[in-house]
Amino acid sequence: MHPIRKQRLQIILLVLLFATLAAGLIIYVLGQNANFFYTPSQIKNDEYRKGSTLRVGGMVVEDSIKRFDETLAVEFTLTDGNAFIAVVFDGILPDLFAENEAAIATGVIKDSGELIASQVLAKHDENYTPPELIETMDYLKSTNYKNK
Amino acid sequence: MQWTWFHKFASPKWFYQITGKILPFLAWLTFFLLVIGLVLGLGYAPADAKQGNSFRIIYIHVPSNFLALAGYFLMAIAGAIGLIWRIKLAFWVMKCAAPIGIVFTLVGLLTGSLWGKPTWGSFWVWDARGTSMLILLFLYVGVYSLGRSFHSANSGEKASAFLAIVGTVNIPIIYKSVDWWFTLHQRATIKFTSAPSMHPDMFYPLLIMIVGFYLLYAVVLMLAVRAEILVRERKTNWVRTLVLK
Repeated sequence: MHPIRKQRLQIILLVLLFATLAAGLIIYVLGQNANFFYTPSQIKNDEYRKGSTLRVGGMVVEDSIKRFDETLAVEFTLTDGNAFIAVVFDGILPDLFAENEAAIATGVIKDSGELIASQVLAKHDENYTPPELIETMDYLKSTNYKNK
Repeated sequence: MQWTWFHKFASPKWFYQITGKILPFLAWLTFFLLVIGLVLGLGYAPADAKQGNSFRIIYIHVPSNFLALAGYFLMAIAGAIGLIWRIKLAFWVMKCAAPIGIVFTLVGLLTGSLWGKPTWGSFWVWDARGTSMLILLFLYVGVYSLGRSFHSANSGEKASAFLAIVGTVNIPIIYKSVDWWFTLHQRATIKFTSAPSMHPDMFYPLLIMIVGFYLLYAVVLMLAVRAEILVRERKTNWVRTLVLK
């Protein structure tokens, strides 16, 4: 390679190296602050700013959804497997909101430990399956279960 | 090492002639792949058990974002080749890749919005994936406008090439954002290391769409670079005879 071109290549690589370093430092400093939500464990361990609006994400615990007549109010519990947090929400839930599915609630945590949510989002996973397959799998699971 | 093949490839006239030959074939192939992919994806793939039919926007959303990322790499590499070897054709490829990248990124963001509302419950969230994708759009816009904001075309090309190269650090961040942070976006369905976490009847249309989008990108880029060549080489004999013919 011609020496001048070699030098230009080296300059470009150096620019790229410094850009990567800068980005790496930013990512390092951002760390957990760039997370979209807190986990119930982090809330339990007081790893959040009291009184501020935040998001908590987790799995909606089975049989924890409580609805009330004549209002849109709903109560449910989120978990990450280690800790639980109760959420109170008065509004329209997304279609994908369901038990044993992930959800993210935005709101303020009261002294009682409840999250008073102003918005609830549903999070779906990276798996895509036709409904027939799920039904068959559920059926197989239920028959297996009964046989035992 | 002999670099003659490299310089032949860098000749605008040669590029114009060779792309003129392969473009019709490539355009038809793209058309058929996109039609087959869309018909299979929208008509024949089964609905998702949880998301129902709204998941079908994946057949536009994912290929479009694939090309937004791959197109950025192509643009930055073209810029680097232009800077190192002072090849004007490489700069023109970079210049033409910017607006195409803007369109693919915008399509990715807008389809993401349309997907987010029925599934998540929100058109837009500031999670790491969405935000880094928005930064990609701004980088594309920066490369586009920086290249056109100098009196001398060459200065603009050099400046925007450096911006394009620096901006490449964002690409791995976009790609890994769903693993590094908690995001509302789900993790990758298509992985290098294991089978896709998607039913084959849903996955094959997606694969066809991704290949189709790659070819669509190639066709659009070739058309844009050919137009750029005609403008920039307008004073050469071969363009004059071509146009006056």
